[in-house]
Amino acid sequence: MSEGGLAAATAATPARAGPSPARGWRAWLVAAVALAVLPHVPGLDSDFGRSLLSQMGIAAVFALSYNMLFGQTGLLSFGHAVYFGLGGYAAIHAMRAINHGLAVPIALCPLAGAAGGLLFGLALGALTTRRAGTIFALISLGVGELVYAATFMLPGVFGGEEGITASRTKAPALLGLDFGSQLQVYYLIAFWALVAALAMYLFARTPAGRMCNAVRDNPERAEFVGYDPRRVRFIAFAAAGLFAGLAGGLHAINYEIVAADAVSAQRSGAVLLMTYMGGAGHFVGPVVGAAVLTWLQTSLSGYTSAWLLYVGVIFIIIVLYAPSGLVGLVLMHGEIAHTRGFRRVLASYAVALVPAVVMTAGAVVLIEMGYRLSTQRELGTLMKFGRVVVDAATATPWVAGALMLAGGYAASRWTWRRVAAAWEQASDEGKAMRAGATR
Amino acid sequence: MLELATISLINGVVYGLLLFMLTSGLTLIFSMMGVLNFAHASVFMLGAYLSFQLGRYVGFWPAIVIAPLACGLVGAAIERYGLRRVHSSGHVAEILFTFGLAYVIEELVTMIWGRNAVANDVPATIDFALFTVFGTTFPAYKGLMMAISVAMFVFLFLVLTRTRIGLIIRAALTHPRMVDALGHDVPGVFALVFAMGSALAGLAGVIGGFMLLTQPTLAHAVGPIVFVIVVLGGLGSLYGALVASMLIGILQTFAVAVDYSLADALRAMGVAIVRGSPLYEVASIKLATAAPVIPYLLLVLMLIVRPRGLFGTRDA
Amino acid sequence: MNSAVVADTGPALQLRDVHMQFGATEIVRGVSLEIGRGERHALIGPNGAGKSTLFNVISGRFPPTRGSIRLHGREIAGARACEVNRQGLARSFQVTNIFPRLTVFENVRCGVFWSLGYRYDCWHRADRLADANERTERTLEQIRMTGRRDAPAGVLTYAEQRALEIGITIAGGADVILLDEPTAGMSRSEADNAVELIRSVSQGRTLLMVEHDMSVVFDLADRISVLVYGEIIATDEPRRIRENKAVQAAYLGTVHDA
Repeated sequence: MSEGGLAAATAATPARAGPSPARGWRAWLVAAVALAVLPHVPGLDSDFGRSLLSQMGIAAVFALSYNMLFGQTGLLSFGHAVYFGLGGYAAIHAMRAINHGLAVPIALCPLAGAAGGLLFGLALGALTTRRAGTIFALISLGVGELVYAATFMLPGVFGGEEGITASRTKAPALLGLDFGSQLQVYYLIAFWALVAALAMYLFARTPAGRMCNAVRDNPERAEFVGYDPRRVRFIAFAAAGLFAGLAGGLHAINYEIVAADAVSAQRSGAVLLMTYMGGAGHFVGPVVGAAVLTWLQTSLSGYTSAWLLYVGVIFIIIVLYAPSGLVGLVLMHGEIAHTRGFRRVLASYAVALVPAVVMTAGAVVLIEMGYRLSTQRELGTLMKFGRVVVDAATATPWVAGALMLAGGYAASRWTWRRVAAAWEQASDEGKAMRAGATR
Repeated sequence: MLELATISLINGVVYGLLLFMLTSGLTLIFSMMGVLNFAHASVFMLGAYLSFQLGRYVGFWPAIVIAPLACGLVGAAIERYGLRRVHSSGHVAEILFTFGLAYVIEELVTMIWGRNAVANDVPATIDFALFTVFGTTFPAYKGLMMAISVAMFVFLFLVLTRTRIGLIIRAALTHPRMVDALGHDVPGVFALVFAMGSALAGLAGVIGGFMLLTQPTLAHAVGPIVFVIVVLGGLGSLYGALVASMLIGILQTFAVAVDYSLADALRAMGVAIVRGSPLYEVASIKLATAAPVIPYLLLVLMLIVRPRGLFGTRDA
Repeated sequence: MNSAVVADTGPALQLRDVHMQFGATEIVRGVSLEIGRGERHALIGPNGAGKSTLFNVISGRFPPTRGSIRLHGREIAGARACEVNRQGLARSFQVTNIFPRLTVFENVRCGVFWSLGYRYDCWHRADRLADANERTERTLEQIRMTGRRDAPAGVLTYAEQRALEIGITIAGGADVILLDEPTAGMSRSEADNAVELIRSVSQGRTLLMVEHDMSVVFDLADRISVLVYGEIIATDEPRRIRENKAVQAAYLGTVHDA
C-alpha cells in the first residue's frame, strides 16, 4: 500500500506552477475563523478546554518548525527542543524584565523567543549542518544532551531544577487585555500560531524553500545547479530554530515558567512523533499530529498509565505501514473516492473493524491489568472495563484477554487481506480513470 | 594525590570497559547496517531485567547464559519482523522504527516490573574482594565485568577478521551495496548481525544491571553515551569504540574527582573574575559538576574537526 | 561545422595535463584538450577509458590530482561543483539525477534560480517570479515536456526523465554544457528525438558530450576526441577520426586495409 521511509513520508503534493491565490487565501481565512470560534464551542469552552487548545497551538507551531527540517529539507533531528527551550528561556527573561518595569507589552514576548531560537539556530546550525543524514541526527542528539546538561550547570540563567518563572499579568496592558484568563492567553497563542504558520507556509514557497526540497530530494544535483547544500540546510536550520523559539515563547507565556524539561530529549522525541504521525509530507500534517498527540497526552493519560505505550505502538505501526502519516492516509482515499471500488473498500473496512476491535480490546485489557499490578498496586486488583469488573489477580481476565488478542489477530490477517485486495482494485480503477481523463 | 589518581584510574578503566561492553554490539550493528539502533540500550536494559528475574529462579550463572540468548532472539525478531520491512525505505525509516521501539520496550518493562528500580543486587558468588588498593577493595564482580568486556573485544575482533561472516561485514562497512550485489544472503547476514549485537547488549545488561540501577529509565540514561562512543571511535571501528570508551571512562572519572573550577585555576594564577560578571557563573562551574557534559563536548568537537571519528573507515 | 569556432576570446574550455588518481590507480593520465566557443565536441572511447571521470573532474565533482582546467580563461580545477556551475558550466548525468518528488516544472525551475540571481532568497514567492517562471516555461518547451509539467518527476518514463535531465542542465543558461551519455538506454526513435533536442539546445553554446552511440556522435559533433586508458589518442574532425588507424585499432573495430 505504501513505500515507507522519508520518500513516502514526504511525498509532497506538488506545488501548482500557476498561482491560485483565491483558493489559498480562503483556506487561511477559514482557519482564522475556526481558531476564533473554537474556544466557544461547547465542550471546549471551559478553562480546561481552552488550556488544551492553547497547548495544541504551541505544539502545532513547534511541530511545523520541526517539519521545516524534516519534511522539507530531509534533516532528521533528535534535539530540536533545544531551540524551543532556549527561545522559551529568552522569552521568560524578557517577561521578567517587563515585570520589573520594561515598558513592552507581554504580547510581544514570543518575538523574544523567536530571536532566541534564531540566535542559537544560527550559532549551533553553523556547526551542525555541515553534514546531513545519520551524522546530523547524531550531532543533534549530542547537542541536545549537551544543552540539557548545561541548564543544570548555569542556575543563574536557567534556574536549575525549578526553572525560571515570570508573570504574564504584571505588565503594561494591551488594549485592555491583561492575559490573566486562559481565554485571552488562547487568543494570543492562536494569533501567533496563525502568523507563524503563514510565515512558514510562505517560506516553503520562496526560492530558498524550493531549494530546501531540492536538497532533500537530491543534494548532489542541487549542487550542480549552483547551490551549496550545506548553506541551504543552514538556512532551513536557522529558520526552524526561529519558529521553534517562537513556540517556546508561547510556552513561556502559557505556563509562566520555563524549566529544563523544555530542552529535554523527551520534548525532542515528542515533536518528532507528532510531526511524523501527522504526516511529514503535507503542510497540515504536523498540525494534525500536534493536536492528536497533545490530546492523547492530556486526556488519555488521565485514563490509563499505559498511554505512552499506546502512542509508541501506534507510532511503530505508522512507520511500518503508513509512513505518510494520518494526513497522508486520509488523502490517499482522495485518489479512489470517485471510483466504484470505493464502496467495496469501505465495506471491507467495516468487516475488518470487528476483529481489529476485538484484538485491540484484548491487548488493552492485558496491558491495563499489567500496569495496574506493577505500578498501581495500591489501587487493588479490581478493575473496571466499561461495565465489566474484573479481578486482575485471577486467571480469568488474563485468559480472556489473551484469547481476544490471539483470535482478533488471526481473524484480522484474513480481513486485512480483503482490505488490501479491495484497495488494489479501487486504486487500479482510479489510475485508469485519471489516465482516461487526461487523454 | 597518588591514591586519588590510582583509584580514579582504576575506576575509570572499569567504567570505560563497562561502556565498551554496552557499545560493542552497537558497533557491529551500526557498522554493518548503518542503522542507528535506538533500541540497543533498550535491549541492554532488557538483559538486566531478564537476568534479575532469571537470577531469582535459577541463579546467576545460568542467567548469564540464558539472558543474552533471549536478547539475541529478541534482536532476531526485531530484525525479521520490523527492520526488514523498512530496510528498503532507507535509513530514516529504520531509525524511526528503532526509536519507537525504544519507547515501547521501556513501557513494556514498566508494565512487567514497575516504575521503581528492582533489587538487582550483586550476586553473592561474585561479591567478594579481589584485592585491596590504598585501603579500597576491588570487588570480584568488577573483575568479572572487565574480563567479559575484554572477551567481547577479542570475540568480535576474531569474528570480524578471521571468519567469512566477518569478511562480509567488513566489506559492507565501505561497500554495502556491492556486498548486496555480489549475492550474499544479505538479509540473513543482517539478521545474524542484529541478533549477535543484541545478545552482546543483553550480556552487558546482565553485568551492568547490578552495577547501575535497574529501572525503566536505564536505557534512556545510557543510550546517548553509547552513540557518542560509536561516533567518537569512528563508524565501523571496533578498536575505535574501545579507545573512545576508555577515553570517556577515564576522563569522566577523573573529572568527577576534581572539585575545582576554571575560576579557581585562574585565581591560582593571580587572575580574579569579578563576581556578578556574566563570565563568573560559567567560570565557576566545578569540573565535577561539568563532568556529565564531557562526552557530548567531545562529540561536538569530533564532529566538527574529524567527522569520521578517531579510527573510522567511512563517514555515515 | 554548425558555426564558426570563435577563437578570438580564447577557448571556452581548456584542459592542460589533467590527471586523476584514485588510490594507486590513475584513471586520467595527462589529458589536454581545447574546446572552442560554440563548438560541439564529442568524447568517445572504450568502456573504462575514463570519460565519466574526466567529466566529474571538469564539473567539480572531485578535484583532479594534477593539472589545470580553465573555463573561459578562469581556473576551475579543484573548485566545488556549485562554484563551477556558477561560473557557467552545467552538466547532465549518465544515471538520471533529478529531484524525484518535485514536479517537472519545479525540477527545471530549480535549475533557473541561481542564474537569475535569486540565491538563497527567502522573501519572494517563487510562483510570482515572472522571469524564473518564463525561463522555466521556455525550457519546458525546448525539451517538449510542457504537457507533463505537473507530473512528479519520479513517475516519468525513462526517456522523459532523460529529457528532464537535459532540461535541468540547460535551464540556467550556462554556456558550456557537458552531457554524459544523453541517449543511453534509448531506442532508435527516442535517440533521434534526443539528437534533435541536443542540437537545438546547444545552439550558440559550447557542448562537450560523452557518447557511445556512433551515429549520434557523427551526426552532432564538430570535432571528436578519443580517450583510451585515460589518454587522448586523437582529436579531429569526425571524417578524419573515422579514418584514423590508431582509433580504429583501439576502438572502432578491425582495421580494414584500403
